[in-house]
Parts: sequence; structure tokens; C-alpha cells
Amino acid sequence: MLAYIIRRLLYAIPILVGVNLLTFTLFFVVNSPDDMAASQLGDKYVTPAAIENWKRKNGYDKPLFLNDSATGLATLTDTIFFTKSVRLFAFDFGRSESGRDITTDVSTRMWPSLAVALPSFALGIWVNICVALMVVMFRGTSLDRWAVFVFVALMSISYLFYIIGGQYLVAKQWMLVPISGFDPDFKPWKFLILPVLVSVLSGIGSGARWYRTLFLEEAGQDYVRTARAKGASEISILFRHILPNALIPILTGVVVLIPSLFMGSLLIESFFGIPGLGSYMLDAIRSQDFAIVRSMVFIGSILYIFGLILTDISYTWADPRVRLS
Amino acid sequence: MWELDAKPVLLWSDALVFMLVIVLCTFFYRLRNDPQTRERWSQVFSSRLGMVTFTIIMVYVGIALLDSLHFRRALASPAGVETTEVFYDNKVTSVLDLMLDGMGDRYERTYSAPLALKSFEKSDMKDEHGNLVRDYEWLEHAGRHLASPADKWPDLLRLTGIALAWGLAAAALVVGLQWVLLRGSAYPWYASWLVQAVVICFMVWLVSVSHYYHVLGTDQGGTDVAYQSLKGIRTGVLLGTLSTLVMLPIAVTLGVMAGYFKGWVDDVVQYLYTTLSSIPGILLIAASVLLFQVYIDLNPDYFAVGMEKADARFIALCFILGLTSWSSLCRLIRAETLKISQLGYVQAAHAFGVSHRRILGRHILPNVVHIILITFVLDFSSLVLAEAVLSYIGVGIDPSMGSWGNMINDARTELSLEPAVWWTLAGAFFFMFMLVLAANLFSDLVRDAFDPRSGSGRSGA
Repeated sequence: MLAYIIRRLLYAIPILVGVNLLTFTLFFVVNSPDDMAASQLGDKYVTPAAIENWKRKNGYDKPLFLNDSATGLATLTDTIFFTKSVRLFAFDFGRSESGRDITTDVSTRMWPSLAVALPSFALGIWVNICVALMVVMFRGTSLDRWAVFVFVALMSISYLFYIIGGQYLVAKQWMLVPISGFDPDFKPWKFLILPVLVSVLSGIGSGARWYRTLFLEEAGQDYVRTARAKGASEISILFRHILPNALIPILTGVVVLIPSLFMGSLLIESFFGIPGLGSYMLDAIRSQDFAIVRSMVFIGSILYIFGLILTDISYTWADPRVRLS
Repeated sequence: MWELDAKPVLLWSDALVFMLVIVLCTFFYRLRNDPQTRERWSQVFSSRLGMVTFTIIMVYVGIALLDSLHFRRALASPAGVETTEVFYDNKVTSVLDLMLDGMGDRYERTYSAPLALKSFEKSDMKDEHGNLVRDYEWLEHAGRHLASPADKWPDLLRLTGIALAWGLAAAALVVGLQWVLLRGSAYPWYASWLVQAVVICFMVWLVSVSHYYHVLGTDQGGTDVAYQSLKGIRTGVLLGTLSTLVMLPIAVTLGVMAGYFKGWVDDVVQYLYTTLSSIPGILLIAASVLLFQVYIDLNPDYFAVGMEKADARFIALCFILGLTSWSSLCRLIRAETLKISQLGYVQAAHAFGVSHRRILGRHILPNVVHIILITFVLDFSSLVLAEAVLSYIGVGIDPSMGSWGNMINDARTELSLEPAVWWTLAGAFFFMFMLVLAANLFSDLVRDAFDPRSGSGRSGA
């Protein structure tokens, strides 16, 4: 098991290098270090000397990917790409283009993100499974068909409508909760109710529909027929037989998302004014701050790969037949 | 109304979309004799739901195509100047604009409620004695023909009656023609006819009432909201189809090659899609769009008209969405190819010395077509929804090009006005919801028909 995890972690390195290579190429294809220097220095002070100076100060005075003037391994290492990537691997994200320390920003903004994402995630899964089980209980009836139609209709509504509608009805019309904002010290749950509610509601359509298919697949298996033949009640078939067996496909879809919860939700956070990583990314995108975007891409990729490994491990826990080797 | 003095304009997205139509038509034309495919399609269309959703999708596609026939109107030469040279309007018009009969040209000053006669906000104006007063201004293009404001509802009723009469007549003509042709068909065509009749009546009503009122009000810039919603159709439909068109060749080629040749090819392809899918999608898309924006800003002289710039950004968005989303389809096709290439008939072809190209073309590709088709239909609705989110983030469609995402983006602040401006949101919601719902329901049917394993979906166990 340990050997397996170590091997998977080693596999992650080329993937992360690839991710970096991609973001670097994307970035430097249109935006050369000279352009960067010019936009950072502002229009007034752009002289060739100033640009050179800026590039030297910020470590952009090297070739991008291949250094022809160096020899041996240094052709690869003495480049912008290598020096900047190595720092990412050491979790040193450097400074954003507005001069703030990205590592500090990320570690403080992580918690508000989690405060919204974790309850939404857990509650969402619980609600979806409950709804799906209820629908599966009525399988084959017209209630089931209508439920599927409602799921598809819920899926067809853009996420933005849920957020805007929720804010308008719950916060503005009924005035039950504040429209947006976040306060870690003073009753934070007040600010969390609406974002969590909106994300759970918006997920019911696709989530419950997916779980329903999984449960129905299990419901057609022989062991279910056997259970029914031996006189088990429908309720106990659902909870004792179908639910545990459907756990594997559920795990595949769910566990991979857990690490990414740290990243928060772009839309929820920006609409509800939550100072998490999601709104951090959105601000970075809007202000075209590539240092932040690059760091967030890197963190996101690490979390995704971590999620994949976690998924494999969770299999061995859910299904004793699975052995990792 | 039909001015012949016009210069056709072919935007890049127009060219691509008509190419797509040709490709799809040839694709289905070539498949028409395959008994298995025919049977599966007939399964889709023998349900009423299949007919209804397909008709709705076709209506949307039709509007999108009409909106893709662009031209620039010739300007009337200034009075007193004799010239043989013709000057063309800088504004690009589409056939849809012509059919809507100037719906987009009737601007107001700012917001107005649906079917309202007066403006939404008070403004300074002079009364008949020349005194400055602050009141709701009469709208420029709403209810100007009325003798008194009290006549509004009777007038609307009269207009609706006339429109319905015309609409029903047109619908009877269209449906009657089909009835003559398809009378003996076993498919539930009546479901499709019903939808067609409703759509025709609705469109006739919309266009004729829009002549005298703003059916869905106007937005901040004074543009008719119903018109904007209709213009959003082209953006949504094209984005959903063109992105998939970009994604398909990459996913299919790489997936089939990985599954068929195995070895290092497989390793490389797997590495590529794992790397790509480990990057958070929205960040990758946002970064790429930003880069393209920088490119446009650095090279402003590549684009003659503002519309071309918006169009270039739109196509770039389609390409970016396509290039960033091929990994899941590639994975599916790789798995399927791996399975197929183990089968007896492929092994036999190998033993007979059939070339790789022939095996791939005759034995592998036809057997993964159903996956491609299912993905095409399934992805469509999610791409339409993604457009709205991307436009909200600021990396979507250019604001000058109508899109539902931009409308929703505007509506966000409008709802907090007092009283709330809800009609922009409602317009975008209605048109988007109908398209996505129809596409989702249709894709369910297609998947059930084409994917033997998804049988649990509708059979009810």
C-alpha cells in the first residue's frame, strides 16, 4: 500500500511539470518578459534600460526554456521556466503582481472557502442520496418518471439563476439572511446559510439523477432478487443491500472532489462576498494577475492528483476485494 | 423591406457554422442505409418527447442559422450628390434582423418595463408651459398609436387576436404541407406539429406586438430585451456546436490511436489527458481567453469592423473550450478501442494482413461513432450553460455580441434596484431554459437508444 502511494506520488511529478509547462507556454506566447516589464513599469518609465533592469531584478533575464549559451544540464536549469517552477514545487509562490505574498494569501483565504465548501459538499451528498433513494423506492411508477423530468429541469437551470434567485428571494424579499458578506468572528453561520442552501439546491438535479441511475443499476442485480425472495422488506433492501453496494461508484465521483474543496467555489464566493480562494482566483483573472493564476493552477492540479490517490485508497476501504499493488 | 442593395458579410463563425451543417448532413446522409443506426434513430423519434424536443432544438438551430446570414446595408447616397460608388453601413445586419422587422432598431433611453408606455425612471423634461418637471417620460416606440393610455389593453387584445389569426393560418399552411407528405408515417409527427404551430403563433405575435410595444421591456441601454434574447440564440447554439466540433477530431484521433497502437503512444496520450484534466478547467479557460484578449489588444489593426473583433473572440472561445475539454471523450474512446481491438474480427483482419489504416477506418471508427454522438448531444447543453458562467467571470462573449451570459451579468445589479428590474433576467432565463431543457431531454433519449448499457435509465427496471 505504502509502495503504491509512493509510486503514485512519483507519477505526479511529470504531470505537474507538464501543467507548469502548459501554463508557461500559454502565458509567454503572447506576453513576453519585455511586455510584462513594460506593463509593470507603467507607460512613463519604459526605456530599454529600465526593462532590462526590471527583468534582472525579477529573474526574467534568462531564456525561456532552453539556454543555448550554457553547457551541460545548465541548458535546462538556467532558464526562467526552471527557476520559477522549482520554486512552485517548494510551495514558494512568490509575490503577486500587486506585490502581495501569495503563500500568505492562500493560507488565510483557505478557511473561509472551506467553511462554505465543506458543509455544502456534505449536505449536498446527503440530500442527493436521500432524494434518489426516495425516487428509487417508486421505480417503475409515473412518480419516478416525473421525478426524472424534474431533475432534468433543475439541471437545465443555470447555476447563476440559483444564486441570483436565492439572493433575491431569501435575502432581499424575505430578509431572512444577509445578502452577502463574511465575518469569521461574529455569527459566521448567518452568512453561510444562503450560500450552502444555494449550492445544495442547484446540485440536486444532476446529483440525485446520477445516484438514481447507480441505485437502479444495483436494483437489477441478482442479490437484490435473492433478498426479496427471502422476504426482506423494500426498505431494508434499499438500505442494507443496494446502498452499500452502490458505494463504489459513488466514491469514484465523490472522493476525487474532496481535496479540491480547498479551492472553494468561484461563483458562490464572488456573489456572496466570501473572502476565499474562489473569489481570490476571480479577482486575479479579472485583474489579469498571472502570478496568482499560475500558482492557483498549480495548487489545483496538486489537489486533483491527491484526490485521485485518495479515491484509490478509499476503494480498498469500501470493497475488501480491491488490493492496491 | 427587402433591400437588394446589400453586401454579404461572411464572418468566420458563419463560415464555420455552415461548414458544420454540411458536415452533419453528409454524415447522416451516409449513415441512412445502415440498418442499426436507422433502428436506433427510429427509437428516438417514435417517442413523443423525442419529437417535441427535437423540434424545439431545430427551431433554435433555424433561428441561429438565419442569424448567421450577415450583410451590410447600402447607405442611401446623400441628397444632391451624384455618385456611382456605393457606401455600406458599418453595422452588420442579419436575415433574422430583417425578419424581426426592425425590432432591434427601436431604442429607448433606458429601462422600461414589459409592455410599458412610460419609462422606468423619472427624468427631467419640459411640460407644455415650458417648466422643468421631473416625471416618467413617454417611451419613444411604445403605444405611440394609442389615443389615450387607457386603450392599451384593448389594443393589445386586438393585436393578439390579429396575430393569432395570422399565426394559425401560417401554422395551418406549414403543418398541412407536412401532413400531406407524412400522413402514413408511423412516427408521432403530431407532437412535432403542435410545437411548430405554437412556435409560429408565438413568433408572429412577438414580431407584430413588438411593432407597437416592448414585449419584454428594455434594458439599461434601451435595447429591446426580447430582441436581445433572440440574438442570444445564435451565440448559445454556435458555441455549443462549434466547441464540440473543435474537440472531436483531437479526442477521436488521440483516443483511437492510444487504444489501438498501445505501447508508448498510449503512454503519451494518457499523460496528455491526465495533465490537461488535472488543471482546474475554469482557470485554464480563463487564462487562455485572457491571453487571447492580450493578443487582440496588441494587434488591433487585424480587425476591420468591431463585429469582427467580437467574432474573433467568440471563435477563440470556441477553440479554447474545445481544446480544454477533449480529455473525457478521449478517455472513453481509448477504453472502447482497447476493447474492440481485442475482438475476433479485428484479430482476424490483422491475420489477413489488412493495413492499420483500413482496420481503423472500417472496424474501429464505425464502432465508436455512438460514443461520439452521445458526447456531442450531452455536451451541447453544458456548453450553453458554461457560456453564461464564463461571461459572468468576464472571459466569455464580447459584450457587444448578444448573449444570455451577458444579459444575466447585467441582471445581477438590476435586481437590487427598487422596484427590481426582473425582465432581463426573465428573458435570458426563458430562452436559455427552453433550449437546455430540450437538449438535455433529447440527449437522454439518444443515449438510451445508442448506449446499450444505459438501459436502466428509462426502462424503469
